[in-house]
Amino acid sequence: MNLASSNVETQSFLRRQLSRLLAFNIGRLAVILTPTLWLAVFFFIPFLVVFKISLAESMIAVPPYSPLVEWNSDEAYATLKITLGNYLFLFESRFYLDAYLSSIRIAGISTFFTLLLGFPIAYLIARSSPMQRTILLSLVILPFWTSFLLRVYAWMGLLKKNGVVNEFLMGLGIIDQPLIMLQTDFAVYIGIVYTYLPFMILPLYTALEKMDLTLLEAAKDLGAKPYQAFFLVTIPQAMPGIIAGCLLVFIPAVGEFIIPALLGGSDTLMIGRVLWDEFFLNRDWPMASAVATIMLIVLVGPIMFIRSRSKQEEV
Amino acid sequence: MSISSETEKAHPQIIQSWRDTKAKPFVQIEQITKKFGEFTAVDSVSLDIYKNELFCLLGGSGSGKSTLLRMLAGFEKPTSGRILIDGVDMANIEPWERPVNMMFQSYALFPHLNVEANVAFGLRREGVKSQEVAQRVQKMLDMVQLGHLAKRKPHMLSGGQRQRVALARALIKRPKLLLLDEPLGALDKKLREETQFELINLQDELGITFVVVTHDQEEAMTLATRIGVMDQGNIAQIAEPHEMYEYPANRFVAQFIGNVNLFEGSVITSEKDSVTIHSPDMDQLIKAHHGISCVPNQSVSVAIRPEKMRISRERPDAEFNSLPGIITDYAYMGSQSVFKVRLTSGKEVRVTLPNNARDMGDRLTWDESVYLSWDMPSSVVLTS
Repeated sequence: MNLASSNVETQSFLRRQLSRLLAFNIGRLAVILTPTLWLAVFFFIPFLVVFKISLAESMIAVPPYSPLVEWNSDEAYATLKITLGNYLFLFESRFYLDAYLSSIRIAGISTFFTLLLGFPIAYLIARSSPMQRTILLSLVILPFWTSFLLRVYAWMGLLKKNGVVNEFLMGLGIIDQPLIMLQTDFAVYIGIVYTYLPFMILPLYTALEKMDLTLLEAAKDLGAKPYQAFFLVTIPQAMPGIIAGCLLVFIPAVGEFIIPALLGGSDTLMIGRVLWDEFFLNRDWPMASAVATIMLIVLVGPIMFIRSRSKQEEV
Repeated sequence: MSISSETEKAHPQIIQSWRDTKAKPFVQIEQITKKFGEFTAVDSVSLDIYKNELFCLLGGSGSGKSTLLRMLAGFEKPTSGRILIDGVDMANIEPWERPVNMMFQSYALFPHLNVEANVAFGLRREGVKSQEVAQRVQKMLDMVQLGHLAKRKPHMLSGGQRQRVALARALIKRPKLLLLDEPLGALDKKLREETQFELINLQDELGITFVVVTHDQEEAMTLATRIGVMDQGNIAQIAEPHEMYEYPANRFVAQFIGNVNLFEGSVITSEKDSVTIHSPDMDQLIKAHHGISCVPNQSVSVAIRPEKMRISRERPDAEFNSLPGIITDYAYMGSQSVFKVRLTSGKEVRVTLPNNARDMGDRLTWDESVYLSWDMPSSVVLTS
C-alpha cells in the first residue's frame, strides 16, 4: 500500500522532471541555434567554398579553376582532384611570407597607436556628464555617415605633396620643402588609425563606464598615487575593453586592402593587396583562396589563445 | 581624570579621555565647512576625537556625516576650516599620504585581485618586502578567519566574507585612524549583531581610533564610546550613548534616538531644583527636574521615554505628571508590550511595558480607560 503510493509518486515526479527537461532543451536549442545558423550560412559555408577552391588548379575556364570532383560518365566513376600545390608554393615563396609578416606588423603598430589615442578619448567620454556623453559618443560614430572610400580620398587630399598639411606647414615657415607623406607606410598608419578609431573607443568606453569609481578611492586610500591607481586598477578593469578593441582593430587591419592601395606606396606590402592582385590581375583564384585560408588561420590562432586565457582567469 | 561610578560596563578598559579636560584630542576638526555649489553639506562643525575612541557619526541621509568622513580620508577638500590628525594639519596631505584607512560602504574590493592580493595591496604600495607582506597578510587573514579563502576572488565570497576582507585590507597598514562607512549596512540582522561585537573586540585589541558613520541608531548605541548626531550639516549633540538617550539636548536628538513622547508647554514657575510646566495636552501640571535655565512663560517641551511611563486602571494619587486616556492600540512583542494611548486632547502617547511575567492574567487591552503617570526624574525638559 505504502510502497505502491510511493511508486506512483515517483512516476509522476519522473514525468514532471522529463517534461521540464524537454521544455528547457527546446528553449535552449532555440537560443543556441540562431547564432549557429547565422555563422553556418554566412561564415562557415562561404569559407568551405573558398577552401575548396584553394585545393583546385588554376585554368582558363569559367569559373577559372579545375573542378574538385570529375565524373567519368563512360565508366561511371568519380575522381577527387585535390592539389596542395598552392599551399606549397605559398610557403616556399619569400614574397607571401613577407606580405603576411608586413601585414601583421602594420596592423600591430596601427592597433597600438589606435589604443594610445582611443584610451584617453574613451576615458574622457566615460567620465563626462550623461548629457555630454551622448553628444561625444555620437561624434565618435559620426564619420560612419559618410562613405569610407570618400574619407580615405579626403586623406589623400590632406597628405599629398601640395595638400592641406604641407601648404599649412610651409605657410607657417616650419618646413621649406613639402614632406613626402602620401604613398608611404606613414600614410597607411594614419589611414588605419583614423578609420578604426571608433572600433577601439566604443568597447573601451563600455568597460570604463562600468567601472566603480570608489575602487580608485580605495586604491588611493591604501597608498597608491594617482598614476599607480591608474595602472593597478583602471587598466585591469578596462582589460576586457582593451582586448575587444584591439581585436576589432587588428583583425580587419591585417586584411585591409583599400587603405594600403590608396594611401600606401608601391613598397607597402600587405596581404589584402596581394589577395586582390591574385584574384583580379592574375585571375589565379585557387592561389588567392589559399592566401585567404592561411590568413584566416593566422588570425583565428591568437583569438583562440586570448579566449582560452580569459576563460582560465575567470575560474 | 574623572571616572564616575555609575558609568557603563561596555568598555571597562577604555579610559574615557573625552572627560579629561587636559587630554589632547587625537583628531581635531575645527570649524569645518563643505559646500557643493550652493548646498552646504557640512556647516562649521567642530569636533574632537580622542585616542582609542570608537566614535559614531549618526544621522539621516543628507545630514553631512559621510561628507565629514570623506574629508577625514582626504577625498573631499574642506571649503573652510581645518582637520588635524595626531597634531598634523591635513590641509595639503593627499589621501595616499594620510595615516588613515577607510572601509567603504560598498567594500570596494578590487574585483580583479584575489583576497590575498586585495589585503596585500596597501603593504605593496609601502614597499614592504614580499616575504613580510606574505607573513602579515596571512596573520591578518587568520585574524578575520579567512585564511582558507586567500585565493578566492571577491565575487566568490558571501557578503559577510567580503566585509571581513574589506576590514582586513583597511587594518593591515596599521592606520592611526580607521574610518568605517556604514560597516554593517549590507549584512543581515544576525550577522550584523555578531560583527558589531567583533568590531568592538578588535578595536580594544588593536588600540586604533575608529570613526564609524551610520544611519542606524541601534548600531551606534552598541558600538560607540561616543556618538555625534548630525542634522543638516550641523552637530546636534555629542554624548556617550546612555547620556544621549537619557539626556537628549534637543527635540531633534530626543526624537531621532529611540522613541519619545513630547509634550509642548510653557513654564509656570521655575524653582531651585524643579520646574512646573503647563501643557494644553494635560489637565494636570507637569513637574520636572531642572537641568535648564528658563523663565516663566517660556515655551518648552517635556520628553518622556515610553518605557519610563506607568499605565494603570486606577487614578494615581499624584498632583503632577498623571493623565487619563484610552488604549487605541496594543502590540505584544515578546519581551515587551507596546500600548498607544489617546489622551483627552486627542494626542497619542506611546507606552511600553516589560513582559516580566509569563502569565499576565488580566492584561490591559483595547478601548480600556487608563491613567498614565511618571516620576519626576524620568522626564527631560527641552528648550530647543
